[in-house]
Amino acid sequence: MLGLSRKDFLTLLFVLLLVAAAPIFLNPFPEGSKFAQFNAGYPDLMQRFVIFGIFAIGYNILFGLTGYLSFGHAAFLGAGSYAGVWMLKLLTINVIPAILVSTLVAGIFSLLIGYISLRRSGIYFSILTLAFAQMSFALAASVLTPITGGETGLQTALNDPRILDGASVGGNIPAPSLFGLQMGYSWKVAVGDWLWTFNVGYYLCAFVLLIAFYISIRIFRSPFGMMLKAVKSNNQRLSYTGISPRPYTLAAFVISGMYAGLAGGLMVSMDPLAGAERMQWTASGEVVLMTILGGVGTLIGPVLGAGLIKYFENIFSKINENLLEQWFAFMPEGLGDFIVTIIYPFVGKGWHLTLGLMFMLVVIFMPGGLIGGLSGIYKRVFRRRSTAQ
Amino acid sequence: MGALEVRGVNKRFGGLQALNDVNLTVEEGRIHAIIGPNGAGKSTLLNCFVGRLTPDSGTVMFHGKSLLGRQPHQINQAGVSRVFQTPEIFADLTVLENVMIPALAHRDGIFEFNAFKPMRHETDIHKRAHDVLEDLGMADKTDMVAASMSRGDKRRLEMAMGLVQEPKLLLLDEPTAGMSRADTNNTIEVLRHIGDSRGITMIIIEHDMHVVFSLADRISVLAQGTVIVEDAPENIKGNVKVQEAYLGGAH
Ligand SMILES: Nc1ncnc2c1ncn2[C@@H]1O[C@H](COP(=O)(O)OP(=O)(O)OP(=O)(O)O)[C@@H](O)[C@H]1O
Ligand SMILES: [Mg+2]
Repeated sequence: MLGLSRKDFLTLLFVLLLVAAAPIFLNPFPEGSKFAQFNAGYPDLMQRFVIFGIFAIGYNILFGLTGYLSFGHAAFLGAGSYAGVWMLKLLTINVIPAILVSTLVAGIFSLLIGYISLRRSGIYFSILTLAFAQMSFALAASVLTPITGGETGLQTALNDPRILDGASVGGNIPAPSLFGLQMGYSWKVAVGDWLWTFNVGYYLCAFVLLIAFYISIRIFRSPFGMMLKAVKSNNQRLSYTGISPRPYTLAAFVISGMYAGLAGGLMVSMDPLAGAERMQWTASGEVVLMTILGGVGTLIGPVLGAGLIKYFENIFSKINENLLEQWFAFMPEGLGDFIVTIIYPFVGKGWHLTLGLMFMLVVIFMPGGLIGGLSGIYKRVFRRRSTAQ
Repeated sequence: MGALEVRGVNKRFGGLQALNDVNLTVEEGRIHAIIGPNGAGKSTLLNCFVGRLTPDSGTVMFHGKSLLGRQPHQINQAGVSRVFQTPEIFADLTVLENVMIPALAHRDGIFEFNAFKPMRHETDIHKRAHDVLEDLGMADKTDMVAASMSRGDKRRLEMAMGLVQEPKLLLLDEPTAGMSRADTNNTIEVLRHIGDSRGITMIIIEHDMHVVFSLADRISVLAQGTVIVEDAPENIKGNVKVQEAYLGGAH
C-alpha cells in the first residue's frame, strides 16, 4: 500500500490517527476542571507539536541514518522562516508559496553549509555546523537587519507590496490563509463539559507532517537509505566497496535542511513573525534532544520526542507552588509542605531539570530512546509468551 | 603483460622499510599467492593496491592503468575488491544487507540517488546477494546482524561482499584465518570453482600452506619487504631460501 510494507503502512496509519484526533485526546480534562490546565489541545501548542515533529523527522534522516551529529540545524529553520515571511510580504498572503520557498531556500543554504562541514567528520563536523549556525545567528541579528529585521524580527506589515493579492486588502494586516481560509480559524465543539478546538492551521501542519513522514519512511526503506546506514556503520568500508560516502551524506544533510526549512515555513504561516533567536544554538540543541529522547534512527521516535519536549516546555512548566500546595493539602501539615519543597524545584520553571533527568535516564537505560525501549519491552514480553506456549 | 604489474614499489614507515623494491606480475585469470613470515609487508603491499597507502616510489598498473593516486572507491569501481585481514563489515546491518550494498555499488556506481524505490523491490539485487551467500554456505544466516557472527563467518561474509561485485581482481588477505577445517575446505572449493568458472584473477595471502598449495597457480615469497622467490608451487616447497626466510623470521 502506497509502496510501503504492511508494517510501515500501519505505522503511517497510526500517525494519521494520532494527528487527526490530537485535538480530542490532548484535551482529556473537562473545561474549568482542576486539571484543565494540563490540556494541550489548543491550536498554538498543537501546531508547535507538529512543526517540531517535522523538524525532528528531517533531522533524524541525517543523524539517525548517517550518524553525523549536526549542531546547526536551527540555522535552516531560521532561514526558512525568513524566506517564508518574505513570500507573505512580497508575493501573497496565501501560505503555499511561503511553505515551498522556505523549503527551497533552506535546501540551498544547507547545500552550502553541508558542502563545507562534511569535509570533516565526528566532532569536527559538529563544531563546524555549530560555528556556521552561530555565524548565521549573529549575521541575522546585526548586519543583515535590512533582510531579517534584526533584533525586532521580520513580520508582515500594512504597506507590504504582495504583488498577487495586495490590492484586495483593506485596512488591516491580512492573516495568512490557504486560498482565503485563515490559518487562525477554528471550529469549537463542546461535548458535555469538554471543549475541542479544530484549527485550520493545525490541520494544514498535520497534513504536511503526514507527507513528510511518508517521505521519510520511503527514504528509510530505499537503497539510498541503506547506504546512509552503511555510512554510519562503517564509512571506511563503504569506500572500499566502491561507494563515495560524501555525496550520500551531503544529500542526507540537504534533505534534513529542507525539512528544517519546511518547519520554518509552517511556523511563519501560523504566525507571520521570524526572529533571529530561532537560529540560536539552543534551538539546534533542542532538535538533537528530541531525536535522542524519542529514538535515534527509529521512524516515529523523533515525532514522539518533539511532542514530549514541547509538552514539558509549555504545560509542565506551568505548575507553580500554589498549585502544588493545593494538591498536597490533604496531607498532614508538615508532610505536605515537605513534599512540596522537594518537588517544587523540578516543576514549573524547573522543568528543564526534570527533562534533563529524564534525558539522562533514557540515554543510560534505553540506548534506542523511548521507542527503542518500548519495542525492547514489547519483544521481551512477546518472546517470553511465545516460548511459554 | 599481466593483469596486475607492480614495479619497484617502496614504502617506508619512519625507520622501517616495509616494502623494498617489490616487483610482481599477476597473470589474468590466475590465482597468485603471497606468503611470508609475520611482518613481511604482505598486507602493506595490498594496501598500496586499493588506495589505503601510497607507495613512496614505484608503479602499480592494473590492465594498463595506474592504480596510484586514485580514491579507494574509484579503484573498486575499476574492478578491484578486497577482503581485509581484520574483518571490515557493516557490523550493525544484517548479513544480507552487507552483501546487497556492494551489489548496489557494482550496479549503480559511486553515487545514485535512489531514495524512493523500496529495497524490497530490488529483486535482482536480492537474488544476487542470496546466490553468493548460498555459494558460501551462509544462506541460513541472511537475517543475522553481522556483528554477532564468528570470526570465520565474518571472513566468509566479506568474501561474499567481494564476489557479488564480480570483480576482475580479488584481493584476499588471509581469508581462512579463524575458520574451522570444514569451512576452510569449503572456502577452497568455492574459490577454486570461481577461479575456474569466472576467470577472476586473485591474489591470496595465507599462512595456511594447505590453502596455498590447493589454490595457487603461482607463489611469491615476501620477507622483510622484498620478494625473495617467485615460482610455481611445486618449486617453492623445497626452496632453501624460503625455508631460511621462515626459520629466520618471526616463526
Ligand atoms: N600504517 C602503518 N604504520 C606504521 N607501520 C606499519 C603500518 N602498517 C604496517 N606497518 C609495519 O610494517 C610491517 C609490515 O606489516 P604488514 O602488516 O604488511 O605485515 P604482514 O606481512 O601483513 O604480516 P602478517 O602476516 O602478520 O599480517 C610491520 O612491521 C608493521 O608493523
Ligand atoms: Mg597482514
